[in-house]
Amino acid sequence: MANAKRITLDRRKVVARVLRDRGDALLITGLGAPSFDAMAAGDSLNNFYVWSGMGSAVPFGLGLACAQPGRRVLTVTGDGEMLMGLGSLATVAVQRPANFAVVVIDNQRYGETGGQLTHTEFGVDIPAMAKGAGFREVATVYTNAELEEAVPLILKGEGPVFVTVKVRPEPAKIVLPPRDGPMMRHRFRANLLGEG
Amino acid sequence: MAKAPIPTRKQQPWADPVHGVLRDFDIRQMAYVPDGGHARLIGLCLADPKMRSVLLTTEEEGVAQMAGAWLGGQRGVFLTQSGGVGNCINMLSVIQECRIPLLALVSMRGQWGETFPWQVPMGQGTQAALEAANVIVKHVDEADQVAETVRAAAAMAFNTSRAVAVVVSQRLTETGGRG
Ligand SMILES: Cc1ncc(C[n+]2csc(CCOP(=O)(O)OP(=O)(O)O)c2C)c(N)n1
Ligand SMILES: [Mg+2]
Repeated sequence: MANAKRITLDRRKVVARVLRDRGDALLITGLGAPSFDAMAAGDSLNNFYVWSGMGSAVPFGLGLACAQPGRRVLTVTGDGEMLMGLGSLATVAVQRPANFAVVVIDNQRYGETGGQLTHTEFGVDIPAMAKGAGFREVATVYTNAELEEAVPLILKGEGPVFVTVKVRPEPAKIVLPPRDGPMMRHRFRANLLGEG
Repeated sequence: MAKAPIPTRKQQPWADPVHGVLRDFDIRQMAYVPDGGHARLIGLCLADPKMRSVLLTTEEEGVAQMAGAWLGGQRGVFLTQSGGVGNCINMLSVIQECRIPLLALVSMRGQWGETFPWQVPMGQGTQAALEAANVIVKHVDEADQVAETVRAAAAMAFNTSRAVAVVVSQRLTETGGRG
């Protein structure tokens, strides 16, 4: 099962492009490199970086999206992190939150642990699983043109939206987000709700 | 959609008062994997227009769901069978490290008069697993004390930002089906 299409996109540029027009969208990032990508694009009080609980990024985003139906909620995570929580795609599809989008930065590697191959390298198609679960909008992005089409879907399309972006495997420089859990949850809630 | 029959109030008399406590605390999300022990409470929550019921594929999703809900300003309750506690261990690290409150209701198997051997290992390990993950455990085995225990647990969880589990004895959950 070789991947026929060439992969040329740079993960940092992809995440920066997605977040450029985010407005006041709330963002949950999965552990590791996707958090670094989001931090590199610019820290925000609307960001919450999950540093553990591999597989939690989508259900975390879903809980937030259900609680804040008036706000756009994004989960940006890695292919490995997503693979550990595939069942949550079914959970999201049943809840059908119109304001929720999941973006998987798919380097076909467990980047943080040394670049071991993930299942997607062997052809496992996570967007097809999202489609099968019942996500309203599903896309796989290989090129900048496809990314430009996907960004409005991610930020404004009627959800649940699922987009996998295929990115080159080279790791990007580490840009560390805050790691203090109580500080992060306090700042997030203070900004969103006016309470810690 | 066909609806499963809900155990009667006589079979699980604690469920209705617990549902009342959840309403008192303005619980807006209920996350669950179906379980016979919680069957009446699940049915009451499903019928409650003020609560969003979130059907999970595995219990660990529920811990993250509750964390996201709370970050977004809603309180939730997480319903799990004792077996599901074992699925949650690593997810509990997220809420512990962030001091995010969690209210969990655990219905026991493998604990009181169990006749199905495969439920015993996890049932016997449930309390230890919760405590290993630093969850505060309140065990209850009298039907008329479940609601007040849930009230105390909810007050503690949401006011002190702790994870608190109310563990409901199998004595009180036997009539809810075979799961
Ligand atoms: C439960 C658990 N198992 C394994 C790990 C080790 N681990 C940390 S990051 C990571 C890889 C994440 O890969 P992916 O989500 O694809 O992100 P990438 O770094 O490739 O962008 C793994 C396996 C972990 N943190 N938790
Ligand atoms: Mg990866």
